Amino acid sequence: MDIGLGHYLTLAAILFTLGVFGIFLNRKNVIIILMSVELMLLAVNINLVAFSSFLQDLVGQVFAMFVLTVAAAEAAIGLAILVVYFRNRGSIEVEDINLMKG
Amino acid sequence: MSSNWMSEIAPAGAEIFLACAAMALLMLGVFRGNQSTRLISWLSVAALAIAYVFLLSAPDNGSVVLAGMFRTDMFAHFMKGLILMGSGLAIVMSLNYIRDHGMERFEYPILIVLATMGMLMMVSANDLLSLYVGLEMQSLPLYVIAAFKRDSLRSSEAGLKYFVLGALSSGMLLYGCSMIYGFAGTTNFDALAEALSSGRIEVGIGLIIGIVFLTAGLAFKVSAVPFHMWTPDVYEGSPTPVTAFFAVAPKIAAMALFMRALLGPFPELAQEWQQIIVFVSIASMVLGAFAAIGQTNIKRLMAYSSIGHVGYALVGLAAGTEEGVRGVLIYMAIYLAMTAGTFAVILCMRRKEGMVEDIGELAGLSRSHPALGVVMALFMFSLAGVPPLAGFFGKLYVFMAAINAGLYLLAVIGVVASVVGAFYYLRIVKIMFFDEPAEPFAKPFGPAMGVIMTGTGLFTLLFFVFPSPLTEGARVAAAALLQ
Repeated sequence: MDIGLGHYLTLAAILFTLGVFGIFLNRKNVIIILMSVELMLLAVNINLVAFSSFLQDLVGQVFAMFVLTVAAAEAAIGLAILVVYFRNRGSIEVEDINLMKG
Repeated sequence: MSSNWMSEIAPAGAEIFLACAAMALLMLGVFRGNQSTRLISWLSVAALAIAYVFLLSAPDNGSVVLAGMFRTDMFAHFMKGLILMGSGLAIVMSLNYIRDHGMERFEYPILIVLATMGMLMMVSANDLLSLYVGLEMQSLPLYVIAAFKRDSLRSSEAGLKYFVLGALSSGMLLYGCSMIYGFAGTTNFDALAEALSSGRIEVGIGLIIGIVFLTAGLAFKVSAVPFHMWTPDVYEGSPTPVTAFFAVAPKIAAMALFMRALLGPFPELAQEWQQIIVFVSIASMVLGAFAAIGQTNIKRLMAYSSIGHVGYALVGLAAGTEEGVRGVLIYMAIYLAMTAGTFAVILCMRRKEGMVEDIGELAGLSRSHPALGVVMALFMFSLAGVPPLAGFFGKLYVFMAAINAGLYLLAVIGVVASVVGAFYYLRIVKIMFFDEPAEPFAKPFGPAMGVIMTGTGLFTLLFFVFPSPLTEGARVAAAALLQ
């Protein structure tokens, strides 16, 4: 069986959906949310690189590089905010983030 | 060669200057320590003012530079002017607050400058890549300043919520970008528009999914329903001057990006995205009007109010015409003045023991601080859209555009929602003027606050006398976006 563009897109769509569900269904730990965010961004990268190869166009790979860079910065900031929150609250359980009702 | 190089980067002069200024101020802060925060704040305001001078000297003829990534036109100039003004006001309004609440660290104004640079890039984006990078350069500093009051649980919780939902929205936006890239074969706005109008690419389900995801991500950033759930929590939890900043500059930038990203590359697909915008706009107006009624915290109330105002502004975008875009631009300018003024009053709500945020604390403000009471009443009437104040004209322009574009239902729902919304604005006026006075607020408020309140108040009051500078600027800017 040939592995075509459709397979890559399906894989990326599944990973992306897993990431979104990981954010909304997880009730335990904020770290898992950070991992889900990374999963979403990497699913997008698979999409971009697959399209880039399929279209014979380099822009997609350049885009993927930028996404990787931004993902690293975002993870750093997310963890820093998480540390600040943990110092104040003493817990990073998602159920405990309830001071304000939204 | 050298003149060629200069003409390539000169249009981005304001952004490059802000980046350099932020780094220089960071060095100053590192060497001089936190006691220089006030100096750095004023230098940041000066940097924003100088960036505006760079902006005025940049070409405004729609030139595209930096490998097709960056566009400067009258639309960008108009929006960037508003953003720089909003950021400058936010820094000035924070000065006393950060001194009194143990937040006097030099990073604060610098983070605002960095976020402002990202916003300017967003407004000038002419490619999905520069759109994404600009958006992230804006968002990352904003996550940090939401959690800037490090020892406050509320502030760090606000930062955490903003971060998680902001990252989710960036992911959705990015997924949309990747789909658009894959099914249209390019990320450049001009190339996309050209390919769509010439029929070189067929409009398939993949491209539509991409546009839907892109729109969802952008709706998150402007906090439109159904992607608004972070707004009340983040507005309530963040320190008040940070909320004032969030309510003004990022919202204007995200709205500019929204218009740029839909009207630039996808005017051919207006039929497809117009339905989404109409739905989002109606939902935002209705939720903003009804959900704010039960609020007792003034910052939470302003959050719902801002959701509603985004809904009104999106009415103009849904029309998709030049008149509609002009309406949005005028609306955002008026929104900037009203919101900045309202937050200046909210920042004056403090007693010896600290800030108070309950609406009941405003009771009898007209007797304890008559000037403050009158100014606040002015902003409330304007936010409610009572003629002849500025807020009325903002709504008038977008509703007129909707009617001329044949969106009668949208305009009718908008008018009904603004009547419902008037209830909670007028309730604040009633509390200030007719309830038994509460304990008066601590004086003094400082001269800077007085100047901001007077300036925004006069603009709100006298807009109908001299509307032409704003409406004419908005008309030129709207024409530049749609040409």
